[in-house]
Amino acid sequence: MALSPERVLELKLRANDIRQGIIRELVAAGSGHSAGPLDMSDIFAALYFHILRHDPKQPDWPQRDRLILSCGHIAPVRYSAMAYAGYFPLEELLTLRKFGTRLQGHPERVRLPGTETTSGPLGEGLAQGVGMALAAKADGKAWRVYVVTSDAEHQCGLHWEAVLTGAKFKLDNLISIVDRNVIQIDGNTEEVMPLEPLADKYRAFNWAVFECDGNDVAAFIETVESAKQVEGKPAVIIAHTLPGKGVSFMEGDYLWHGKPPNREQGEIALRELSAERERILAHA
Amino acid sequence: MRLADYRNKEALKQVPTRNGFGEGLIEAGKADPNVLGICADLSESTRMEGFKKAFPERYFQIGVSEQMLVAMGGGLAESGKIPWIASYAMFNPGRSWEQVRTIMALNEMNVKIAGAHAGVSVGPDGATHQAIEDIAIMRVIPHMLVVVPCDAIQTKKATVQLSRMWGPTYLRFGREKSPVVTSEETPFELGKAQVFRDGDDCAIVACGILVYNALVAANELSEEDGVECRVVNNHTVKPMDEATILAAARDCGTVVTVEEHQIHGGMGAAVAETLAQQYPVPIEFVGVNDRFGQSGDPNELIEHYGMGIGSIKEATRRAIKRKQR
Repeated sequence: MALSPERVLELKLRANDIRQGIIRELVAAGSGHSAGPLDMSDIFAALYFHILRHDPKQPDWPQRDRLILSCGHIAPVRYSAMAYAGYFPLEELLTLRKFGTRLQGHPERVRLPGTETTSGPLGEGLAQGVGMALAAKADGKAWRVYVVTSDAEHQCGLHWEAVLTGAKFKLDNLISIVDRNVIQIDGNTEEVMPLEPLADKYRAFNWAVFECDGNDVAAFIETVESAKQVEGKPAVIIAHTLPGKGVSFMEGDYLWHGKPPNREQGEIALRELSAERERILAHA
Repeated sequence: MRLADYRNKEALKQVPTRNGFGEGLIEAGKADPNVLGICADLSESTRMEGFKKAFPERYFQIGVSEQMLVAMGGGLAESGKIPWIASYAMFNPGRSWEQVRTIMALNEMNVKIAGAHAGVSVGPDGATHQAIEDIAIMRVIPHMLVVVPCDAIQTKKATVQLSRMWGPTYLRFGREKSPVVTSEETPFELGKAQVFRDGDDCAIVACGILVYNALVAANELSEEDGVECRVVNNHTVKPMDEATILAAARDCGTVVTVEEHQIHGGMGAAVAETLAQQYPVPIEFVGVNDRFGQSGDPNELIEHYGMGIGSIKEATRRAIKRKQR
């Protein structure tokens, strides 16, 4: 079913909300990652406001789809999306990384219900997703497992153990989404440790492979719909994203992978995002 | 405490503790359909084979992927499954420590680690396969339950009880045949250390298959030196039964700890931490002293690394002498 223009507009505005939330979180925290959360905002808007079956008032609803954030360092995007979706008040975003917060620097399931796993140590999310998808199959449950991974965590051995295992058990209720922004802390992924040809690797491991523009909500949702039709194997969506997307001075610069904007930079970023919001509305 | 007649070596049954795990897992599987078995290419030697035959739909083979054991186990536990993940202790939890910490403990997932082939008694396989640091790396993690049963029957009981009890768990057992000192009738309760022999000259606190050596040493000391040692089977290393350990220290005035593990950070260190704070007494440690194992016959290695009956007797004599100073 094609998305209505109204729906696409709504999701674009949600993505813009999420980005503004991220900037506020990071400025308040004074530390944290910028580029990844910003480039994944469109995908998280699509997930929380269109794709996932979930209930923000009942984060442990047994029939919910499971969304695992494997690359825990981009938690600000998840927290922002969860806040806008109604899991907790928007003000709580300003507690990110502070003593006593539920919004830990890297997410903890026990502290913040709805995060599904405790993540941060890289390369572990898909492996847990395989376990969850296997449990759903064993119990004949209809819920799906979505895993968001970074590209650089494909350098971890455990991730590939999970890729093998997902194929072995034919987990067609599992969709993995790769944030292919081509950056990591030390630079370009292809210089640090080349991942290409990434799609071919997954094909060789017996996965169904899709690629899309990860900053285009409509294209992403369409790709997820195709991935859901796959039978007998898990699916991966390699989502090509622009690091720092939405903030001009961060876009495409790996140096923004692991640092937050200061207050002044934050204000510039929020101004840019507000202007972008006006443009989205003007084009509607 | 009803025990088998450990004085009569010939009559004593010799069964590997791993067999107890295998039997216990089948029993646990019968009792609860949520119990699963996941194995990393070692289903026969970890004794998960029987569970696989009994419950093929609840058994998952994932190949040589020990980190995956923990992570996938965590994913399955999220839905209320009770996954037992089995491999050699050296790799599970040896290779997967960070996953155990993050996915099982910090994330509070009810995954059960079965660490087989622990200790130097693995024998000919050599140092690469002899886990003698595993108790240390597991007991240091918050929320972890660490259990080291003394024989095959107790390993079976521990497997069944641990399956019923919520919590991230490490169960340690060995490869070789070892004396069965308990019987089906011997009580067993997790978290409750057992006094296997009474005495108040020295407390020998042991775990795992060396409980047998401790009992024999205590008996020989009685005959040779006229001293009576209390032998405590300290099977639950964490959370430890502090009351029983403190009572032993108070009554005996000195303690010897015995384990098939590095002295540093192991069960004995846990006993020492408790006693240093609450009731300091002289302590002697029997275990591997900051060395790696090597190939050899299991008993030969136990002797070589200072965990034989003679070594326990010597340590006890030293402990009693220190008490009298």
